[in-house]
Order: sequence, then C-alpha cells, then structure tokens
Amino acid sequence: MSLDTLPRAMRSNHRRPRPPGRRWRSRLDVKAMPYALVSPYFLLFAAFGLFPLAFTLYYSLYDYDLAGTTEWAGLGNYTALLADDDFWNAVVNTVGMFVIATVPQMLLALFLANALNKRFRFRLAIRMSVLLPLVTSVVAVAVVFTQLYARDWGLVNWILGWFGVDPTNWRAERVPSWIAIATMVDWRWTGYNAIIFLAGMQTIPRDLYEAAAIDGASRRRQFWQITLPMLRPTMIFVVLNSTIGGLTLFSEPTTFYNGNVDGGSQGQFQTVAMFIVKEGFREFDYGYAAAAAWLLFLLILLGALINFLFVRRIGGTK
Amino acid sequence: MTNWSPTVITRVMLGLAIVVSAFPLYWMLVIASRTNADAVAVPPPFLPGGNLGENIVAVLNNEDAHFLLGLTNSFLIASIVTVSVVLISTLAGFSFANLNFKGRNMLLLAVLLTMAVPLQQMGVVPLYRLMVSLEWTGTLKAVILPYLLNGFGVFLMTQYTRQAVPMELVEAARVDGAATLRIWWNVVLPAVRPGMAVLGINTFMLMWNDFMWPLIVLTPDNPTVQIAITQLNARFSTNYTLIFAGTALSIIPLIAVFVAFGRQIVGGLMEGAVKA
Repeated sequence: MSLDTLPRAMRSNHRRPRPPGRRWRSRLDVKAMPYALVSPYFLLFAAFGLFPLAFTLYYSLYDYDLAGTTEWAGLGNYTALLADDDFWNAVVNTVGMFVIATVPQMLLALFLANALNKRFRFRLAIRMSVLLPLVTSVVAVAVVFTQLYARDWGLVNWILGWFGVDPTNWRAERVPSWIAIATMVDWRWTGYNAIIFLAGMQTIPRDLYEAAAIDGASRRRQFWQITLPMLRPTMIFVVLNSTIGGLTLFSEPTTFYNGNVDGGSQGQFQTVAMFIVKEGFREFDYGYAAAAAWLLFLLILLGALINFLFVRRIGGTK
Repeated sequence: MTNWSPTVITRVMLGLAIVVSAFPLYWMLVIASRTNADAVAVPPPFLPGGNLGENIVAVLNNEDAHFLLGLTNSFLIASIVTVSVVLISTLAGFSFANLNFKGRNMLLLAVLLTMAVPLQQMGVVPLYRLMVSLEWTGTLKAVILPYLLNGFGVFLMTQYTRQAVPMELVEAARVDGAATLRIWWNVVLPAVRPGMAVLGINTFMLMWNDFMWPLIVLTPDNPTVQIAITQLNARFSTNYTLIFAGTALSIIPLIAVFVAFGRQIVGGLMEGAVKA
C-alpha cells in the first residue's frame, strides 16, 4: 500500500498551488498535530503517574486508622518507619536477596552471552530456549520452584541427599529462603540478560579482536580487555533494569508463602514491596504504606547510583 | 577469521543452559499429569503420567478458583492494554521521531524519566483509593487503566521510528500535500510494524504476568489467571496435581505466542538493547 505512494511522493518536487482554506488547515495540522499525537501519553501520565506520586507524598503525611479517621502526622510516619524493626527487616531481606540473585546472574549471563556469540547450528532455536523462562508466568514458576524446594519430597533436597546433605527446610530459615527465591529470579532473568549482553557484544567491531589476536592476546584476555570494557553501556542498562526489578521484588516471595505477604513465619523473606502491601491493604494504614513507598523509591535511587558507579569502573583500568 | 567456533566447554555450557531453562516447565507437565500420591513420592517421578486431561478438567470445574474466568479476564486485560499501548506509543513515537515542535526534547526527557520510576509499586495507595472512590475495585478497568501509561513503549517506538522512517520520506509526503495523520497511516505505520510487534508481545507478556496490582484491586471471585493460581495454592496447598494443572494452563497462551513469534522476540530484544 505504501510502496506505491512513496515513490510518487518523492518524485514530485514541485509545490502544487492550494486553495487558501486548505493552507490554513495544513498550518494548523503542522503546528498542533505533533502535540495532539503525544497528548494521550501525557494525559495518562498526569492521571496515573503524577497524581499517584503526588498523592503518595500527601498520604504519607497523615495517619489513617481502621475506623477511617485521618490525622495530620507530619513526618511522623517516616520517623516511625525508620524506628520500625519490621521495616528494616524487609529492607535487609530485599537487599540480601537482590545481591544473592544479581551477582551470580550477571556473571552467568555474561558467560552465556559469550557462548551464544560463537558460531553454531540451530542458533535461533538455542537463543529461543534460553529466553523460554521469560515467557512463562511468574506465579506458575514460583509454584513449581516451591514444590521443588519442599522439605520432605522436594527434588532439591533429594538430590542434595546424594551428597550427604541433610534435608533443608528452605522456607523456614532466612538464608535458605533467600537462596530459593534468588534461584527463581535467576532462572527467569539470566537468559534474558544474556540475550541483551549478546546484542551488545555483536556491536563490538571484529577488527579489535583480530588486532589483539595478532598481538598475541589470548581469548581469555580478549574477553577481559576488549569485551567487558566495550560492553559497559549495555551493562549499565542491564544492571539498572535489574536494580529496579530486584528492589521491587514481590511475586516470587509472595507465592513462596502461598500468596501471603508476611514473607514466612518470622518475616524472613518479606520484601519492602510486600511490607507496603501488608501495611496498606491488610492493616489499612495508608499513610504508613505511602511513606514506605517513598523510602523504597529512595532505596532504588541509591541502589541505581551505587550500581551505576560500580559498572562504570569495570574494565576502566585499561 | 580467528576461531569463533565453539569449544567443548561452550557446547556443554549451552546444553546445560537449555536443560536448566526447560526443566521446570517439563516438571510442571510431569506433576500436572500424575496423581497426588506420585507428586509427593520419594524418589520423585521423572516421566509424565496419564492424568493430565483429568487434572485440567478438575481445575476448570473448581468452584473456588474461577479458573476459566481468570483465563478470560487475563486475556481481555492483556489484549486491551496491548492494543492501547501500541497505538499510543506508535503515535507518540512518530511525533517525537519525525515531527518538529517546541518542547520536543523536554517532553522526550520527561518520558525517559518516568521510565525510571516503578509507578505501579510506588503509587499503589492513591491508585487504590482512586479506584475505591470511583467504585471500580473488583472490575477489570481498575487493572487496565494504570497500565495504559507505558514510558518504555513511547521510548521504544521513538527509537524504532527514528531508524525505520527517514525524515526525507516524511518531508516528501508533506510536500506532496499529505496531512500528518495521513503520513502516519501511509508512510510510518507500514515501516514500523516490526517495532509494534515487539512492543505488543512484550506488553502482552507483562500484563499476563502482572500480579501485585490485581492482587490488591481485584477480588478472588473475579480474578486474573495469576490470582486464580494463588487461590488454588492457598486453598488446596497439598493438592499438587490440581495446582500444577492450573500453572500449565496459565502458561499455554504465552508459550503459543512465543512459538509463533520467537524470531521477532529475540530479534526485537537484541535491537532494542543496542539502541537504548
């Protein structure tokens, strides 16, 4: 359809005379249409972006209780949160799971991308199969992993039993529960990040590697001295993405405890996002939940900044 | 060319990656097709059994889970959001990429900044209160509306349009007397269709998977498929075959999309990553 309109459009270099009414209309079209085209997005942004952010701030300055009474609290919710052991527990859990999940995930994704960058048959099929976890539903996968980690009949304990490891109660203790949840996250995202890294690797000019090979640099050295530093922009994208996703973790730990936002009997795997939902929608303490949401946002900014600075240093020594 | 062919270690690693990626899904199928006694047996069963049909029927007929309703709801929500987001993003992307207007760069920067804010987690309290005051809680529009806002979509389509539609084409069409919307329809839309496909598939998958917001704003008797699974899991926590048949049902649409559009998904992800 477009193919026959385009060449004609390009051939006609002369301006056709237009009636004055049409000229006025086309002036309006050129001036106003660009704004009209972006306006749906910005209207939605006002309604579902700016409004919730501003009102989260507003709510966070008030005290709400179950009876529905509202009272000005100033910064009371924030000071209460900073003194709340449950909140800090959620922060520690979130950051702990994030670190346990992200560090191995980035390393695995890098090496997997390096492997995917080789020449072999069935390339598309192999790339698709490492992406397979991404297209399965989070809750479904969390249910499957929860069963795999069951204490008495789970596959994980059964396999560990071959090596003489006693059955672990993955859900009952802090670090084991973090590991179990981190594996769910990693299973889902490692292949995706590997594909993103692969895309970044393919933009690195081949001559760099050829020149390095002529200079006698080993494959390993080429990886550390060329691939990693050249991959930095991609890495920043991937790490920032993982930071936002990891610090707002909700589905996996919630499903790990049968859809309950307590995060285990002692709250050993309750994340900040779960804490917000618990305070806001079970205790109906909207102000407290809103304040926690702002603190979560600060945590994300802080995490993003630290990770950004860290990635910028990678391979920067030359 | 130096040796870009894979070594043995590479082959083993790739093989392992494929097995690890596929295993939980295979396991889902194994348990979903067996009996409850098999599901808790030690050593566990490793091959699918013959009860898949029976278990699926049990899930669909379960009064408490509303599973069929959950599937339908998820499909509706994901489809409506996908169509809207693709349309909104394609229009805005065209404007940002190919048209000149005052404040363009500022507005584009604003879009970029909104991408960095996890709005659906940050704004849950006011969004929920808004839905309560509109008396929309428990309805699908409460889930749909907040997700029509998608900065990533606008950004992706801006980048895509920039490389797929050269400015000269737009100028030429304009000289030829075409109005802006006509240019969009005849010149831009055919050229950016692959980008729209990537955004569409992405959005559909994200919506199908969404969990936290529907959990807050919907009720168990009008669930999405993820809420329906959570219901099964909470109420019948020892009935593994029932739960697993549910999870298997919940991923069939996604696997179907993936098999149909796998090439575009991989290609789109890789292109998007380099341009971002």
